[in-house]
This record gives sequence, C-alpha cells and structure tokens, in this order.
Amino acid sequence: MIRKLLIANRGEIACRIIRTARGMGLSTVAVYSDADSGALHVEMADEAVHLGGSAPAESYLDGARVIAAALETGAEAVHPGYGFLSENPDFVQDVETAGLIFVGPPASAIRQMGLKDAAKDLMSKAGVPVVPGYHGADQDADRLAEEAARIGYPVLVKAVAGGGGKGMRLVERAGEFADALASAQAEAQGAFGNPSVLIEKYIEQPRHIEVQVFGDRHGNAVHLFERDCSLQRRHQKVIEEAPAPGMTAQVRAAMGEAAVRAARSIGYVGAGTVEFIVDGADGLRPDGFWFMEMNTRLQVEHPVTEAVTGIDLVEWQVRVASGEPLPMSQEEIPLQGHAFEARLYAEDVPAGFLPATGRLEHLRFSDLARNDSGVREGDEISPWYDPMIAKVITQGPSRSVALARLSRALEQTEVGGTVTNIAFLEALSRHAGFARGDVDTGLIGRDLADLVREDTPSVEIVARAALAAAGLDGDRDAFFGFSLWQPPSRRVELRRGEEAYSVVMEVVDGARVDLRVEGVHLPCRRRSSGWLIGERREPGPARLLDGAVVVFAGQPWAFDLPDPLERGGSATQAGNVVEAPMPGVVRRVLVQAGQAVAEGDRLAVLEAMKMEHGLAAARSGVVAEVLVAEGAQVAAHDPLIRLVPEDAE
Amino acid sequence: MELNSQVAMGSDEARANRDAHLRALAEVAAAAEHAAAGGGERARERHLSRGKMLPRERVATLLDAGSPFLEIGATAAHGMYDDAAPCAGVVAGIGRVMGRDVMVLCNDATVKGGTYYPMTVKKHLRAQEIAAECHLPCIYLVDSGGANLPQQDEVFPDRDHFGRIFYNQAQMSARGIAQIAVVMGSCTAGGAYVPAMSDVTIIVKEQGTIFLAGPPLVKAATGEVVTAEELGGGDVHTRLSGVADYLAEDDAHALALARRAVGSLGPAPDVGRDWATPEPPAYDPEEILSVVPAALSTPYDIREVIARLVDGSRFDEFKARFGDTLVTGFAHVHGCPVGIVANNGVLFSEAAQKGAHFVELCSQRRIPLVFLQNITGFMVGRKYETEGIARHGAKMVTAVATTSVPKVTMLVGGSFGAGNYGMAGRAYQPRFLWTWPNSRISVMGGAQAAGVLAQVRRAGIEKAGGSWSAEEEAAFRRPTEEMFERQSHPLYASARLWDDGVIDPRRSRDVLGLSLRAALNAPVEETRFGVFRM
Repeated sequence: MIRKLLIANRGEIACRIIRTARGMGLSTVAVYSDADSGALHVEMADEAVHLGGSAPAESYLDGARVIAAALETGAEAVHPGYGFLSENPDFVQDVETAGLIFVGPPASAIRQMGLKDAAKDLMSKAGVPVVPGYHGADQDADRLAEEAARIGYPVLVKAVAGGGGKGMRLVERAGEFADALASAQAEAQGAFGNPSVLIEKYIEQPRHIEVQVFGDRHGNAVHLFERDCSLQRRHQKVIEEAPAPGMTAQVRAAMGEAAVRAARSIGYVGAGTVEFIVDGADGLRPDGFWFMEMNTRLQVEHPVTEAVTGIDLVEWQVRVASGEPLPMSQEEIPLQGHAFEARLYAEDVPAGFLPATGRLEHLRFSDLARNDSGVREGDEISPWYDPMIAKVITQGPSRSVALARLSRALEQTEVGGTVTNIAFLEALSRHAGFARGDVDTGLIGRDLADLVREDTPSVEIVARAALAAAGLDGDRDAFFGFSLWQPPSRRVELRRGEEAYSVVMEVVDGARVDLRVEGVHLPCRRRSSGWLIGERREPGPARLLDGAVVVFAGQPWAFDLPDPLERGGSATQAGNVVEAPMPGVVRRVLVQAGQAVAEGDRLAVLEAMKMEHGLAAARSGVVAEVLVAEGAQVAAHDPLIRLVPEDAE
Repeated sequence: MELNSQVAMGSDEARANRDAHLRALAEVAAAAEHAAAGGGERARERHLSRGKMLPRERVATLLDAGSPFLEIGATAAHGMYDDAAPCAGVVAGIGRVMGRDVMVLCNDATVKGGTYYPMTVKKHLRAQEIAAECHLPCIYLVDSGGANLPQQDEVFPDRDHFGRIFYNQAQMSARGIAQIAVVMGSCTAGGAYVPAMSDVTIIVKEQGTIFLAGPPLVKAATGEVVTAEELGGGDVHTRLSGVADYLAEDDAHALALARRAVGSLGPAPDVGRDWATPEPPAYDPEEILSVVPAALSTPYDIREVIARLVDGSRFDEFKARFGDTLVTGFAHVHGCPVGIVANNGVLFSEAAQKGAHFVELCSQRRIPLVFLQNITGFMVGRKYETEGIARHGAKMVTAVATTSVPKVTMLVGGSFGAGNYGMAGRAYQPRFLWTWPNSRISVMGGAQAAGVLAQVRRAGIEKAGGSWSAEEEAAFRRPTEEMFERQSHPLYASARLWDDGVIDPRRSRDVLGLSLRAALNAPVEETRFGVFRM
C-alpha cells in the first residue's frame, strides 16, 4: 500500500487528489513553481517541494526534478493529474526506474495510444469501430466509388493535399458521386497541383461521447459508463454531462464493451477514457459510434462520472496503483441520476474567449454544486497556467433537475477581480436545445452570438450597484442617514463599458434609500437578508472591489466607479507654456518651432541671480512657438515657449 | 429608575394633541422645504445649466454617503426681506467627511447670487461659533457675490458683521481648527477673503473666481477691460497668484479634493469612546406628539418627555422630593451620559437652588447638560420677593452661565422671562439651542404684556379724570397680544436665528445625540463658577 503520494501537478486537480489521498490516510507531497509558492495545493499538502521557475518547463514539466522531489521526501508514488507529465511515457519509465509507483497506465499503453493514426489501426484490429474511410493510393474513379459505397453515404471527398475547404465535396447519394469527385479533383489539381482525394464517412450531427474505463494489474477491465462532452468551443470542452442524453442500454453496452476491448488490447492499467465520435443525427445507434482516441489519464470531467456512480476515481487510481484488484465488477457498478460539469475560467468572452488574469478579490461558490477549485479569494490568476477558476459540478435525480441546479449554481457563483465566462456558461445552461438534450459539437458555434450577447443591466441591478458603490452595505450607527427635514440628494456615477449611469440617491434614514435610475424611482429598504429594491428582492448581492462594484445577479455585472480625483487637476494644467521662473536673461534657446520634445527635455537656459537655470518641458509635445530670442531680458512668469500636444493639429 | 408613563395613548386627548402637533409640524416642514428649494425654479435651472451642482447636492456629495446632517438655521430668514433670502442664502450644518465631524457652510448662488443679507452674516457667524466651540473643521463651499449692497449698513460695519467671518477664520486657524475653502463660483470683494484666509483652498476651473473687485468695478476704476476668468479664475489663482492651492475640473472633482484634504487632517477625536452602549427608549419617541398637550397653558409631567428621549427610559432623578417644579437627574442619550434639567411648573426658590446644585454637580463630573425648557418664569409676589427668589434665581443663572460643560437646550414649551435665563436660553451660550413647533418665546406672555400696558394706560386716563370702557381696553390690548403671538412663534424666532432651528419633536433624541457628539468633539474645560449670592 502507498503511504506517501507526491502529486506532480497544480491547481484544482492537485487539490482534488490531495483531498482523496488525505481521506485514505496517505501523506501528501505537493510540488510548486515560483508563481505557485502560496497556492492552495501547497497549503493543503503535508509537505511541499519547490520545483523551479514559473514557466512549466522549469517546474511542472521537469520530470527529473519531480522524481528527485519524490525521492527527497520519501514519497512512494507519483500522481501526475492531467496535463503536464501525465501522458509522457518517458517520465513514466523514469519514475519506475527510480523505484517509484506511477499512478497511471504503463508507459507502453501511453505510447500505443500516443500516435493517433497507429492507435486507430490498432483499435480497428482489436474490433473497435473506427471512422470508416479510404486513404488509398489507388485513385481510379470506380475504385473510389466502390469505397464510398462501402463506407456508406453521406461521405466527404477531400483533397489529400487539401486545406481550407478547397477540393472538398459532401456527397449525399451514390448518384451524385461521379460529378462531385470530378469537380473535387479538378479543384484539388488547380489549388494544390495534386488531384488525389481521400474519402471519409460524413457525420452530420457529430457528438463527442467518451467512456470511462478502468484496468488493474490482474487483467481486469471495466467501464464506468459514458460522458457526453459535445458542448465544445473550438475543441475545448465547456459543459460535460453523464450519462449522455438519449443513451439507451443497448448503445451503452455496445460502447462500453468497445471501450473495454480497447483498454484490454493494450493492457491498460488505471483510469482511462476512450473517446468516440457519435452520429447524433437520428438517435444513438449501436453501430453509430467510432473510436477517436484514448486519453491515458484522469480526465478533467471525471467528477460527473463520480457523481452518477458514487465512485471516487482517484481512490480507485491509488488502489489499483498499489496493486489491488478493481473494487467492483462491471455488474456491481451503479449508475444513478444525472450530473453536469461546467468549466469556469478567467476569460474575456466578448473579446473572443481570451484568457484573462487578475486577482480574485472576491470568490464565493454555490452550495448547490461540488466546486473543484485550486484557488481562494485573494489568489492571483497568473498568465503562466490555464486560467481555470473552478469546475462547477451539479447532480440530480434527473437531467432536468441537475441542469436547473447547474444554472442556479452558476448564478450563485460570485467571482470578482477578473472577467469570467460565467455569463456564457449560464446562457448555455439555459439553451433550449441543450435542455432538450439536442447536443452536438456544433451547437455552441451555431448559437455563439446569442450565448455571448452582452445584456444591458436592469434598473434594479444598476440600483444595487449604486447602493454598494455609495458604501451603504457597510455598518452604520444610529445616526445613519439623519437629516432634519429634506434628505440630501446626491449622485452616484457608474460606468459599464461605454455606458454611464448617473443614479440620484437620497438616504432617507438608516434603512431607507430613495434612488432614481434612468428616470425610474426605486425606493429601497435594507433588510438583514439584503436590500428590497422597489417591491422586489435585490437581484443579487454586490461587492465593492477596487475601483469597481460587481452585482452577482445571474452573471457578474461589473460597474466601474469613476474616481473624481483621477481627473486632470492642477498638475496637468501646467506645461502648455514654459515660463520664466524668475527675472533673468535668456542665455540659450535649445529648441525651435515644430520640434517634438519629451517630458524633461531642456528647452532653454535662463541666467538669473548669477545662476543658469535649465527650463525643462513639463510634458511631451511639440514646440508651437518660441516666444523669446536669446539674450532677451525677461520678467518672472513671462512666457518663453509654448507647447502643444503631439496629436494637436 | 425606569420611568413609568401615565398617559393613555389611545385617548381622545392624546389624539387631539397629536393632531395639533402635526399641524404645527406641517407648517415648519413646509417652511423648511421652501427654504431648501433656494432661489426658485428659474435660478436653479440657470445654476444647473452652468454645470454646477445645487448647494444641497454639493453638501451631500462632500459628506460621506449616509452621513447625518445636523442642519443649522434651516428656516433662517423665513418671512424676512420679502422672502428674498430662503434659508438666508446659505446652507450650514454638521456632517461627516471621511468619518470626521465637520461644519459645512455652502452659499446658495440661486439666492440673489449668494450675497450676504444680515441673516446670512448672522448664520455664517453662528455656524463658525459652533465650529469654534466644538473644534469642528470648517469647509466653506463658496459661491457668493459678497455683501448684499442694499443692506450694506446691516452687514458691513458692526462687530458681528461681515468682517467677523475672517476674524473667526484666523482665530480658528490659530487654534488648529482647519479652515478649508472650495471656490465653486464667485467669491467677490470681502468674500475673496474666505478662500484667502483658509488653510487650504480649492478652486473649480473656469467656474470659480476670486477677486477684490469684479470686471465692472475694475473698468470703472481704471478703465482696464478684463474677463472674470483672466482677473481671478482658477488658472490665475493656482498658477500665478497662489490664492488657491488646488485646481479642480468641476464640482465633483473639487469636492473629492476637499474630502481628501479633510482626510489628511490626522486622526479625529474619538467621541463616544467611553459612552455606554446606546439603547432605544422603552417608550417610542413617536408618542411625544400625543403626551405633550397642544396648549402651553395645560400643565403636564415633563417626565413623559424624558421617558421618550433617554436610553431605556431610565432616569436617575436627583432631589426628586425638593423643589419639584424643576426636574433634575442623570440619564443617557444614545449612550452619552447627560444631566437633565427640565421645567415642571413655575420656578420657586427651592427649585432654583436645586437647579444650581445640580449644575454644580454635573460640572464637577464633566457631564454635559440638557435643558428642557417649558417655563413661564420665576414665581412672583411679595412672599417670594421677600424670601429672595431673585437671589436664588441668580444662583441658578450664575451656575448655568459659568459652567464649562457643554449645554444643549431644547424649547419644548414656553420660554418666558427670566426662566429663559436660568434654563440656558440663547444668551447663556448653550452649544446648541433647538425648538419645537409648539414652543413660544417672549419676555412675557402676550396677555400679561397687554395687561401691563393697559393698566398703565388706564391709570393715566383715570388720573386725568377720563373713563375707559371695557371695549376700549380690549381694542387697546389686541395689537399687543397679536404682536406677541406673532413674534413668539418658533418660525419667527428661528428666522432671526434666536435658536439653531425648529425640529420635529420625535427626532429630539437624535438631535440631542448629534448635538452632544459635536459638542464633545472639543475637550471639556475645568469650570470656574462666579460668586454665588448665598
């Protein structure tokens, strides 16, 4: 039995592994980079070893350093998590050579699955269905037509040398094949100088369904049912679920058996995932799924399988690595209810899902969800690693309950300090087609515009922001809001992108505030449970962050608070005209009209009181005019040189 | 020690009292609303069209959000100058900036360009007096054309006229009471000294101007043609003259700079640190309107009021069995320990002695005093004169006049004659003096005054052998009675700043709490009493 486990990873997965390991009575060793010295996984582990610099190559990808850390700390096993070193067969060998246990499959299995084309051949030989196609050198038209018929329509004819859709034809029926082939070949010849084509099965409504498998050292292998990961954006999974919508017992059995066959064929040990592409056009069929690849590690989305089976996959991983047989037979593995996982990232969705960074000034998760996270409030989302904040996992007795919980949990998730994809996830969780179970890998792409649409905040949301912005959420004494007669009225200025909001506010007394938002009068009352705005409960809690306020109402509504002090002011007013600081003689003029100058450049020299005084530009700009000649006698404050901003005409 | 109310809240009498008080209150509220509106719709629109905030918005923006604002003279100049100067053209009061209590004075340029009427000067000086006594930093939001020229004889020459403003600034600055000016509009002639005499001055660009003489006067005097901005705009004063220290982009920026200036004053006194934990009264202050009779002539037990002012309605009554027309005792208001001196009838010699004793006691212990005035005067008549009621009254007046503990006076009923003196009337410099809408103040009652005058008149007529019919006498008495009625009204009094404002009786407790908090912002000095006539 393993007694001490080193986790060669960071972030949520390191934390998640530590949690299970600790529950099993193991000691844990974390490793970390410079950027992660204060990270949650470091804090959670019993010991932590510094690996090196923040760049992954200097730390989490440095296998030798990781193995050294295990040996130094007396760890008996290394858990790689996902990513980083998890699918590196050389690392696995090195770990084993060092006399340590690798919590994962043998290096050979990783190697066999690492080369995608070879893996497909291997699987095909093992009787696992792969996407049918023809990649042969024989380009005879009749041969190609025969192959197309064998594959089954519809098919895609693609230029071998192709790209960008050139030389590609979708052929729906056999009768259209000859014409389509001819035009594809002609186009391929024209574009690439090579008329060769290949033929592939065309999958009209592709779904991504994967099967969780587990093998042990005693030759056993089981599957833990499927996960549907069809909601993807540019091949990045966004929301995963288990089981797959529309799955039947028959198809499940067929896919499960295929997956187990795949695992057995390579002597798989530990947790793995067999990914299939599935034709979702006309319901799931026992002959409508094809092997894509196998991931020889624990997957990001493994918690949905845990939720519907009640099995802790990390616990199984550790037990199998320790040499135990699989704890359950195939028949014993339960499947109950439904689960979803949404990946919460620091991402700028409107800017095209760009990874974002920032300090998590505020972080609250919903009680409705399992929240696997590797960060805490106050932590930094650094540019070094994947900007994941958390995986929000919900489950329920039925798909609709689990999905409703997901929407609600996302609504209740509060992240301040960075932009996130919460609004996008929430919009997706309310997507009508998704709710019906009509999922395919094209869904997000088709409806992206609706899913990322920027809503305008309701007056209640603006009101809630104004209350927080004015500092009215804080403690108050008995005199709060006291006035003898008319309560004084003031404005609270908020900004959201281009939109400016000017909220008129009257604090009536300690509990009542009158607001006017965009012409709407909203009497607000403070209750222990939050504000009553108009007659309704506040749309969500608000948090005052540095220079901004965020209302967590379904999605985070961030408003900037313009600081009146960050306005021009006395210093910037100076600098247009360079003046004589005292009476004197202009000794030298060092610039001429039209010349660009930078802040601090010497413009002229004034001799006064037997001293030479250099006159510097107070800011960058262009010399508009030299107002004095060398040798001129000037009085204090006489203008000498006039500057204009560089961008002035 | 918890007071026990004897009033049946649901009685017809209680309802009638409440209705009468609400009527009186509505009149004051209307006057306050009128005053708060300033110089009328057109003047407000003109002001706003220049990108300026209205004065009350300036004050609110300067203060912390939710800050209490204890306004001074909210109905000053009410009914005076043909109603040309609502609120006397200046908003004044105590509020919090960066958590610190400050005195704010804000000219209302919609009222005759913010020029100073006699009551404007009086209000400005009163606010400064409070600031000086309470050690409150002063923030002047200046937007004023200076002295109101048609009234120059009433605003310029005398000791407590315009010049006193700058004298006070210098005196306060010398005592370390910060003087901060924000020039948000005109600041002309004498007014120019408000920013010039301040410790820190902020001016709004292309809006604030400071000059001793405006462009018209300059042209008249020297022929020089110059714009207001060239003559005394923000650029000139922050870059060339040094009259102002910070240049602000607009009102909001200027007020933010003023807040920052207050923030740099260092730690504020920790008022209330050693107070008790505040506790609401056991009796709802709302009930004050029901328990206090509508007519001043109807006697009632002042403890009914005290029960609705003090923490937990707990009152440690001192010397309850002696001189019982004056109620004295210890209590807490919003946690602040206070000594209460309250009238419960005409003052007799014993009551006056008791009052003097109690004031001495509070002075020794440095407990602030709260006076609840409802006094028709000292008892008159041969018996009382011969036993020396004037001597005993003098003891009380001496004690009240010379004690160093802060006094806060509230007129909850009549304030007539020498009773006003013994009960810390305006002349006795209470830190604050507030009045209720049902209160009346005059040297004596109108009927008594008319009676005195009629007696003198009748004696004259009869001495000359004439006769004076009852109808003739009634006609003679009427104008005097009417004059007294008009002049003793709290709005008449407050218009002339004989007090700091008429308040809603239900808010008395909060007003007292805020007054005490402000008063105790300054350390309490050692008391040295004068000679008591024993």
